[in-house]
Amino acid sequence: MLEVLNDLIPNIMNKLPEFWQAILDFFIMLGITGAVSFIFGTLFGVILTVTRRGDILENKVIYFILGKIIDLFRAIPFVILIFFLGPMTRIIAGTTIGLRGALFPLMVGTIPFFARQVESALAEIDRGLIEASQAMGSSPMEIIFRVYLKESIPGIIRATTITLISLIGLITMVGAVGGGGIGDFAIRYGYNSMQNDVTYVCVIILLLITTTIQGVGNILIRKTTH
Amino acid sequence: MIRLEHVSKTFDTVSGDVHAVKEVNLEIQDGEIFGIIGFSGAGKSTLVRCINLLERPSNGKVWIDDEELTKMSEKALREVRKKIGMIFQHFNLMRSRTVYQNIAFPLKGSGLSKEEMDKKITSLLELVDLGDKKDAYPSQLSGGQKQRVAIARALANDPKVLLCDEATSALDPQTTKSILKLLKQVNEKLGITIVLITHEMAVIKEICDRVAVMEKGKVIEEGNILEVFCKPQAKVTKDFIATTSNISRIYEMVDEGSALTELKPGQHLVKLNYDAVNTSKALISEISRDFHVDTNIIFGNVEIIKDSPLGDLVVIFGGQKEDIQNAIAYMEKHDVKVEVLKEC
Repeated sequence: MLEVLNDLIPNIMNKLPEFWQAILDFFIMLGITGAVSFIFGTLFGVILTVTRRGDILENKVIYFILGKIIDLFRAIPFVILIFFLGPMTRIIAGTTIGLRGALFPLMVGTIPFFARQVESALAEIDRGLIEASQAMGSSPMEIIFRVYLKESIPGIIRATTITLISLIGLITMVGAVGGGGIGDFAIRYGYNSMQNDVTYVCVIILLLITTTIQGVGNILIRKTTH
Repeated sequence: MIRLEHVSKTFDTVSGDVHAVKEVNLEIQDGEIFGIIGFSGAGKSTLVRCINLLERPSNGKVWIDDEELTKMSEKALREVRKKIGMIFQHFNLMRSRTVYQNIAFPLKGSGLSKEEMDKKITSLLELVDLGDKKDAYPSQLSGGQKQRVAIARALANDPKVLLCDEATSALDPQTTKSILKLLKQVNEKLGITIVLITHEMAVIKEICDRVAVMEKGKVIEEGNILEVFCKPQAKVTKDFIATTSNISRIYEMVDEGSALTELKPGQHLVKLNYDAVNTSKALISEISRDFHVDTNIIFGNVEIIKDSPLGDLVVIFGGQKEDIQNAIAYMEKHDVKVEVLKEC
């Protein structure tokens, strides 16, 4: 078995520890960025929803400012965003390279995307449900948690699936500028050193991860939709 | 008692101010079923939302018993709203929750223990006759069943008032009947005041004690249902009443020259309108006997409203011209409205 692998993918086998580290780094970035973005993206998505015109906490100023900030960061291509955020990344993380340097730009790139996704999931909630809850004496906080979030769980899962998959793309991109992870590994050895087997293995691994996330997402959506 | 004093609601839209409700004064007594009818756009939905302040009136006061809702803070208002149930045209049930969980929704924070809550929900499910649907999701229910769940949910906090916003408008006639029956039962058994808005006079006729007719944001006619049906004043009211009967068909039939309306010489085609008082007299037999007028009933439409019959008969009178004149005068004396549609 080992010999077959040595034959088939020699360039992976001769730097296995580094390869495992790249995969581990990838999952650390995916996990931390995913979790932080989920929290802040949901928060901003909720704020956008409830402050829009005619909603439970209508507030033109907050809606406008938050909306513009989100659009600004969504408008900047991610590769440029990484450099643009460089000085701030250095202040926050102490460095702009490696795993630590990658997290901040990843979050800034992901949160606005997820926030808009959450916003559109919440927009699916029928106004009548909000009205019925108000008529039952629910407070704005209760409406946010018990109606908006609870009733759009399938939509939020769908948004999470889409965001995680697009986050995989961003993580490989930070790899290109020294961020570590599978992308970094693939570019450094697969592309720059022309070790094609490295490229192939990395692509297969990314493919597996993407398929798994989509599959799990689909199952969860099915289970939560009534 | 619900009291609206000079309630107005104006929406400022991009195309200018829209006066949805104008200067409405209403008093709704405890325990009655009060109907508000109007064509769409008449402002009735806005008016009913002014009662629980889902729409805050631009002007005027809303009182429930001796509390002025329009003066309350949002927080105090939320407590009051728990005692005002509301149901909607499109039911507004939570799709991710079962029937049981939907009814449990308003009970959160009510201080009931799990057992008490369970008991309460079970008895509500029995009241609305859905004991076996406890674990179903709304998507598995029919429209009528959804509205029953919504009614159970609205009653969970033992409200004094139930507001119904076009609650039967999305249902077929048979289901409408069963929902109205349930509402009537809720009103009688639990003594809950019901405010019901609709665009169907048949709904008003079926269960309301009193009715207000709305047009262009104003209440243009109001009163006891029997009075309004017997002696409608406003044109809109008459139009609404006409929708509940097919008697106006006769005018078309006369125009079209239908065979049914063909008269022999000396005959009169006459429409008789009865109200609650004179239906008990045997007027038709009296005029045949005393005035020698032959009476042939072509068709009729008699309604039972609040246990009193009222309606119209279309008849052909035959006999001597003078006798017919006398018979008509006699009927008019007995408060029957007589309209001669055609003579020959």
